[in-house]
Amino acid sequence: MGEAMTRVVLVDDHQMFRTGVKAELGGGVEIVGEAGDVDEAVAVIRAAEPDVVLLDVHLPGGGGIEVLRRLHGAVRSRFLALSVSDAAEDVIGVVRGGARGYVTKTISGPELTDAIGRVADGDAVFSPRLAGFVLDAFAATDAPAVDPELDQITQRERDVLRLIARGYAYKEIARELFISVKTVETHVSSVLRKLQLSNRHELSRWAAARRLV
Amino acid sequence: MGTAAVSERDASGPAATGADTGGRERPVPRLERAASGRLVAGVCRGLAAHLGVDVLVVRAAFILLMAASGLGLAAYSAFWVLVPRETTAEAADTLAGAPAEAARSGSRRDWGQLLAYAAVALGLLALPWGAGFVQWALWPFVIGGIGAAILWQQADRDQRQRWVLPLRQRWLRSLLGLLLVVGGIGGFVAQKVDAGQARSVVIAMLIILTGVAFIVTPWVVRLWQDLDAERHERIRSQERAELAAHIHDSVLHTLTLIQRNAHDTREVQRLARSQERTLRTWLYQPRADPDQTFAAAIREAAGEVEDDHGVPIEVVCVGDTALDERLGSALQAAREAMVNAAKYAEAPSVSVYAEVEGDEIAIFVRDRGKGFDLDQVPADRMGVRGSIIGRMERNGGKATVRTAPGEGTEVRLEIRKS
Repeated sequence: MGEAMTRVVLVDDHQMFRTGVKAELGGGVEIVGEAGDVDEAVAVIRAAEPDVVLLDVHLPGGGGIEVLRRLHGAVRSRFLALSVSDAAEDVIGVVRGGARGYVTKTISGPELTDAIGRVADGDAVFSPRLAGFVLDAFAATDAPAVDPELDQITQRERDVLRLIARGYAYKEIARELFISVKTVETHVSSVLRKLQLSNRHELSRWAAARRLV
Repeated sequence: MGTAAVSERDASGPAATGADTGGRERPVPRLERAASGRLVAGVCRGLAAHLGVDVLVVRAAFILLMAASGLGLAAYSAFWVLVPRETTAEAADTLAGAPAEAARSGSRRDWGQLLAYAAVALGLLALPWGAGFVQWALWPFVIGGIGAAILWQQADRDQRQRWVLPLRQRWLRSLLGLLLVVGGIGGFVAQKVDAGQARSVVIAMLIILTGVAFIVTPWVVRLWQDLDAERHERIRSQERAELAAHIHDSVLHTLTLIQRNAHDTREVQRLARSQERTLRTWLYQPRADPDQTFAAAIREAAGEVEDDHGVPIEVVCVGDTALDERLGSALQAAREAMVNAAKYAEAPSVSVYAEVEGDEIAIFVRDRGKGFDLDQVPADRMGVRGSIIGRMERNGGKATVRTAPGEGTEVRLEIRKS
């Protein structure tokens, strides 16, 4: 956030939705490119190197996950996944593919602007639904973790995720848990890292149950 | 067998091969050797077009004549020499109905078919050389061979190319079949010894049979594949019908209602929201019975409240469990909390979070609305005290209400599974 404008590329196959998002986004965000399918998205993102890419999960040509796969390591842009889908496999798929967060398309303009700023700053953005999915995936079991550092979320992280799932904003979470907003962000980023890197048995089983590889 | 195949071909003739039946719809074409679709010199195809009969009939006639002391061969040679070759422009005209086939068959002849005919002709030629009466046992196989050839040729080129595997393989197959047929007959002819006759006839028959099998296999394969394709098509169309029915019952219905209520923003929003929820459930969620599982029941309750009061309710569930009586009462309390939030909070949306962790069940209903002062609620108001707190306590659970004016409200329900 701050003084400099956040440069954003908008990837969605619905022109109407792109127009709507552009109209709703608040100050501090500049749309530097748009794309409607995977090939176009890869080209536009390579050329524009935006700070943040708003990436639709469902795209012609392989979906948002294909864009992430092709651009892996090639650009310094950060990705925020955006979708109407409630399907856990889509959501967890793009997050494990490298997206730094997931929001549903019903998100309000100011909330989206806020989320973009957060991702641009290197933080993670968890919608209540994503938090629910993650809690589900990391649900406490008796099975010992293979890599405790990656395969388990701490009690504090669980508390934070629960509050996100309950519809609390980061500021409200900070007040509720008597910690700073920065600490909340740290917890969320840590969970994101685990979600992306963990090979936890439960995670893969959970994913498989929801047809996700 | 043969007759049926021919008549079937006639029925489908115009669509399958424009050249064969062209004579019937157009003025009788001049007698010319066909440039396209020919096997040897185009004599048979040309004659067929001229006489207005199927090319198969003409070919069969020539082959029979050939067997009868080589008369067919002489006739064919005479036609070959005397009849002029069709010009390309006319060929294009004759085949105007099937340009794609013309383009293909004009350049390449169908070797597989030619070989099948050759096999039949050779078999017939070899017959008279055989000794004695026993050779009549061969006739069924000759007829079988002709049948196979007819079936082979009945399939149009496209089909054959699709199911007979690569071209090379088809050549090999035909060649092998031909070798077996020729070898069988040759062997039979060479051993004209009376004593060994019966045995050699059997062997020859077996070999011929194998040759016929080689020729017929593609047809069987096609039959099987067509059946398979038809089954798949049926399943697909059933799925399409189901989808269409669903879209019609839900989406189209809602769109109609939205158009009718276009003036009423709130109603439009409610309809769209309700339809969205139904569609989402249908598309993404495993089919769960709201009478059986906790998460599905919560979602259903939220959906109903949303419909009744027009406020979006976001539901997040973690874990799931079977529904029992105690959970049912917690569900009722949660529903009451949602109704309160939707009715009085004046919040744009309500969040519901339900969590099953082992035996512990927790439900949170939260809004960012105007909130209220719990102490100010009159004692006779049943809503919060009776329907939520009282109900939870009666069932061994706990309800906590956190609210303050301007702060929104969160109702927290906790209960243990019975």
